[in-house]
Amino acid sequence: MIREALLVSAILFSIGVLGVLTRRNALILFMCVELMLNAVNLSFIALSRLHGVQGQVFVLLVMTVAAAEAAVGLAIVISVFRHYRTVDLGRIRLLRG
Amino acid sequence: MPISTSAAQLVWLVPALPFGGFVVNGLLSLIPAWRGERAELTPSGRRATVSAIGVGVMLVALALSVWLATGIGGAEASITSTLGQWMTTGAFQVDWALRVDRLSVLMMLVITGVGSLIHVYSVGYMADDAGFARYFAYLNLFVGFMLMLVMGANLPVLFIGWEGVGLASYLLIGFWFGETANAVAGKKAFVVNRIGDFGLLLAMFILFTNLGSLDFDVIARQHSAMATPLITAICLFMFLGCAGKSAQLPLYVWLPDAMAGPTPVSALIHAATMVTAGIYLIVRNAALFSAAPVASLVIVLVGACTALWAASVGLKQWDIKKVLAYSTVSQLGYMFVAVGAGAYSAGMFHLVTHAFFKALLFLGAGAVIHSMHHAFHESHRHDDAQDMRNMGGLMRRMPATGTLMWIATLAIAGIPPLAGFFSKDAILSAVAERAIESPLAEASLGPVPGRVILWLAYGIALITAFMTAVYMTRLMRYTFHGRFRAGEDVETAVHDAPWLLRAPLIVLGALTLVGGWLQLPEVLPIGRPGLLAEWLAPIASASGTLLAGTGHLPHSTEFVLIAIAIAVAVGGIVTAFILLKPDVLTTRDAAPAEHGIGRILANDYFVDTAIARGLVAPVVATARKVLWRGLDLGLIHAVVVQGSGQVLRVMSSIASRAQIGFAGSYVWAITLGAVALVGIFVLRAGR
Repeated sequence: MIREALLVSAILFSIGVLGVLTRRNALILFMCVELMLNAVNLSFIALSRLHGVQGQVFVLLVMTVAAAEAAVGLAIVISVFRHYRTVDLGRIRLLRG
Repeated sequence: MPISTSAAQLVWLVPALPFGGFVVNGLLSLIPAWRGERAELTPSGRRATVSAIGVGVMLVALALSVWLATGIGGAEASITSTLGQWMTTGAFQVDWALRVDRLSVLMMLVITGVGSLIHVYSVGYMADDAGFARYFAYLNLFVGFMLMLVMGANLPVLFIGWEGVGLASYLLIGFWFGETANAVAGKKAFVVNRIGDFGLLLAMFILFTNLGSLDFDVIARQHSAMATPLITAICLFMFLGCAGKSAQLPLYVWLPDAMAGPTPVSALIHAATMVTAGIYLIVRNAALFSAAPVASLVIVLVGACTALWAASVGLKQWDIKKVLAYSTVSQLGYMFVAVGAGAYSAGMFHLVTHAFFKALLFLGAGAVIHSMHHAFHESHRHDDAQDMRNMGGLMRRMPATGTLMWIATLAIAGIPPLAGFFSKDAILSAVAERAIESPLAEASLGPVPGRVILWLAYGIALITAFMTAVYMTRLMRYTFHGRFRAGEDVETAVHDAPWLLRAPLIVLGALTLVGGWLQLPEVLPIGRPGLLAEWLAPIASASGTLLAGTGHLPHSTEFVLIAIAIAVAVGGIVTAFILLKPDVLTTRDAAPAEHGIGRILANDYFVDTAIARGLVAPVVATARKVLWRGLDLGLIHAVVVQGSGQVLRVMSSIASRAQIGFAGSYVWAITLGAVALVGIFVLRAGR
């Protein structure tokens, strides 16, 4: 059971990484990050079978942080959109050195 | 005696009263700025308050000093009043201690006595000044610090007073700071005095490391524990401090410039009291100085050279106050000759009489300047009110001032029976007595025997006395006799001093007449001889015996010395009457340029120019070119400050190339990095 769960988790994580790497739409990027976080959560839960309850506790923490991060992140995305009228990250290059 | 206990409790009041006057008058002086007044005159109500406080504290302090003097005259040798601890470090302890003994009470009487007269005079002299309250605040501050100087029971307390009078002197020289020259003169006095103070501080450091105490009593009792070269070094450093404060070669240059202050200030600070602090310091440490014959000979030599130098410059000055300033420097040289030769009571005697007649001369000159200034003002002229070439024949317009100034002139020239004759004679005969036979004559300064130096000092003192008679007669003739040179319309506007100015002059004139009775020579049967020497015996004699002569000269010799002194004085006055021609003199604006020796003397041997070119200019040039342009701009600014900024800028411009601002590539970098890390861990774990 653990093996399959970890496999699913790895696949989800890879999809998330690929999404982050290839897409430029900030919202989609954001969803991919959430996907990666949840993939990690899945592996935490699976591994808690072997190592005890700490993994599940950690999942709760990750979910809380993820919720906060989503709130902040979405707020940033909205203000970026208001300013540039786009959420295409290829066009936003203000941080160039 | 009940007086000692009650006196000790009241001693602190003497310096505290003027300080209190300073605080109150200082606050009163702030009122115009606070209220936004722009008055040229201080309102008469406030002026009355300020005068009452300023003069009142002086009179009370004078009364207290007289009371203390009568107490001291009895059984007690001294009263020490400890107000509290100042600093305690290990075995070293300094108290806020005031000491009233026969020496300090004499100084207190001079300071509060002459000081009170000058305060009264100032009420009239400064009446038209917008800074009336500020003036009295500074004047009270000066008296407070001066009293602290002479009453301190240890060197640190004296040093506070020493620095404090320097501060008050600076404030009062630059009192009319609206003119740059006055502010510069104040600064000059402060800076030159600082050089001397460094010597006094070094003397204190050496004393502290070797004795562990700076108390005058301890120094007097335990100085013999130190080696003679060490004592000599202490005395010479101390004398450097005296040379600065009392305007001796080579640090006298500030005193002529100090005449930029109001004239009563010149009388009080730069003639009667502050500049005599150096004499006081030496007499206070008489035990120390008499144990160092070499230092004493140096003092005699420097004092004699200063006396001659300044007297010769005084011969060609045109500013009436400048003549008196150089005269003061010269007379201070006389006092140093006396205390250097170990004739401490003669030195103090001349200090006291000089305070009388020089204050009289300065206040008289102030009255002349005051009237001349008003006369020029009334006739709408802008001539120099201090230049003697613009005066002449003032005896007709100002008979009272002229007569009183003639008394002082005859006194300083050394005509009997005025005060100056006796004090000058006391110094001359003391030096001659020691030159004939004394331990000091046996000592030597390098290869020069002490006897030669003492005879040299005696000779110089005679020449100086001659010059003094000449330049003072010159001052009087050019100012008060002949024709008035600045025009008839001005002459009719000149009036004699008002009573507020005249009354202090009369008191000082009386003191000048009878001051000599303080210490009469034994050969003259006109009163009890040697009163002052008797009074100062507990302080001066115990140590003075080390340097004293064989005792008394034969009466015939003493009569010869007196005859020589009188002949020199009369000769000087007669010479001045024969050689000077006030009738050919023209006003300042029409005066031809000086030539030859006259030009050198009129410019004080070009000392100021020499210092400006030889000392100040190189320092300024070094500061500007090496320290500012080279070190500050060249090294610190360009290399250290700008350089380090430049290095960081170049490095960050290289590093910032990596920031291309495209979020996608950052993600790629993170991912690849993470994969690489994971890969490394996996590979390691597999091994």
